[in-house]
Amino acid sequence: MRKEVIRHMRPVRIFVRSIRDAFKSVLRNFSLSIASILCTTITLILVSVAIISAANIENATKLIEDELSIVVYLDKSVTEEQIENIESDIMSQENVSEYTFKSKTEWKEEMSEYDDAFETVLNYLDENPLMDSLIVKVKDVNDLSETAKIISEISGVDTVKYGDGMVDSIISAFDVMEKVVVVVVIALVLVTAFLISNTIKLTIFSRRSAIEIMRLVGASNITIKLPFIFEGFIIGVIGAIIPICVSIYGYVILYDILNGHIFSNMLVLIKPFNFVFYVSAVLLVLGAIVGMLGSLKAVGKYLKI
Amino acid sequence: MKFIELKNVSKVYRNGVTALANVSVEIDKGEFVFVIGLTASGKSTFIKTLYREEKPSSGTVMVGGLNVGKIRNRRVYKLRRKIGIVFQDFKLLPKLTVYENVAFALECVGMKEKEIRPMVMSALERVGLKHKVRAFPGELSGGEQQRVCIARAIVNKPKLLICDEPTGNLDPETSKEIMKVIENINKDLGTTIIMATHDKDIVNRMKKRVLLIEHGLLVGDYAKGSYKTHEAS
Repeated sequence: MRKEVIRHMRPVRIFVRSIRDAFKSVLRNFSLSIASILCTTITLILVSVAIISAANIENATKLIEDELSIVVYLDKSVTEEQIENIESDIMSQENVSEYTFKSKTEWKEEMSEYDDAFETVLNYLDENPLMDSLIVKVKDVNDLSETAKIISEISGVDTVKYGDGMVDSIISAFDVMEKVVVVVVIALVLVTAFLISNTIKLTIFSRRSAIEIMRLVGASNITIKLPFIFEGFIIGVIGAIIPICVSIYGYVILYDILNGHIFSNMLVLIKPFNFVFYVSAVLLVLGAIVGMLGSLKAVGKYLKI
Repeated sequence: MKFIELKNVSKVYRNGVTALANVSVEIDKGEFVFVIGLTASGKSTFIKTLYREEKPSSGTVMVGGLNVGKIRNRRVYKLRRKIGIVFQDFKLLPKLTVYENVAFALECVGMKEKEIRPMVMSALERVGLKHKVRAFPGELSGGEQQRVCIARAIVNKPKLLICDEPTGNLDPETSKEIMKVIENINKDLGTTIIMATHDKDIVNRMKKRVLLIEHGLLVGDYAKGSYKTHEAS
């Protein structure tokens, strides 16, 4: 029974010792640790900038896309029944997410509120010259014009209006930007992983004799790897502290200075809270994982004898 | 079955150099054996096949019932825990104290701190370095560093102690002291000792069994005390 307990305690002890040794080693190899930490810090700051940009572009694109809709004007002669048919025809389109009916009376009220001149002219006429309409939202904005074309061919539809050329170009511009930023983020993460792994490799290279000795005195591979993995973890986490502070304070200050939007009200920035905390969490996890993987990769090289 | 058995062991390195050729030898438990030969004669390779730093190209190496050549890379540690190894260049961790260097071998196995302490202290006492537990290797003389290395090798009470030119870097006086320590380990603990050396004085003086290796061949296996006679004749 007691032997059982002891056998189960051993992995725990090795685990705890590995953590202790990792801390010791970070301190005893101070200059190399600092180099690794700084390397992590710099690359994580770049990653942070990229993530914040990507998230904001994504957000702006989404906001603009949400605003986009197709306005379907109906023939004046359509009956209630026909309207229902048109509605079901529109809903049967795969790309259509929802629609709302806006009657000519509603249009009249809205326009009258907007401008007194409209009100005067509209009231002067006996009959409301405006048309009933359906405002259609789509799922994928990229197919907006195609969907609009299909809807325009439904009988009882007079005209279809959407942003036309301007909208198309905005959407494609944002699309390209989004893709570019995603590529940049991925590239930066890979570069970070590579840099950290290389710096840690340097740290480990200086200790390959230690690894050799560990093997000679009968340390199992996992016992040798564990302290290095924890060391990578510690370096990654410490390296993430400054980028996290920079991200939180930097973004809050930027948001305040820009009053929450860039250029126009169209490009709205994401509210700092809790956004900055999500970014911080991503940086922390990224630092820790990349640090551990970097160590693992670097130490593995010296275990193949 | 003998404690150590080599059967037709050959080792050819990738560059085509034959370091060992058809070596067969048996060693009993508790024996003290010198392995001698010129530089590049193959004696280091012979020693290294015993602790699976080198795999034999052909033949079998049995140590304490284990087929050493067949052990997988990630299982090598199981063999290493059963043997102690002493090196010419000490191989101490410079950033660990004397105590930590010796305790290291036990920590790797996952022993309790409570169990480790007395074992480390008794190993250090045996090599006469109990008073230097807190020193770092850099603060010790060569002889003292070798004692730490020996303490580390014997701390988990191995059945086999392998010494690869332990006195190669030491002056004759210090070498004598180190040999005394190793001899006592053999006598008191019954540890089997296999020691590669090219120090003729030591071999002649100690009168132990001698294996002579030349060009990868085992050219002589001299029983206790007969080697010097051979040289004289």
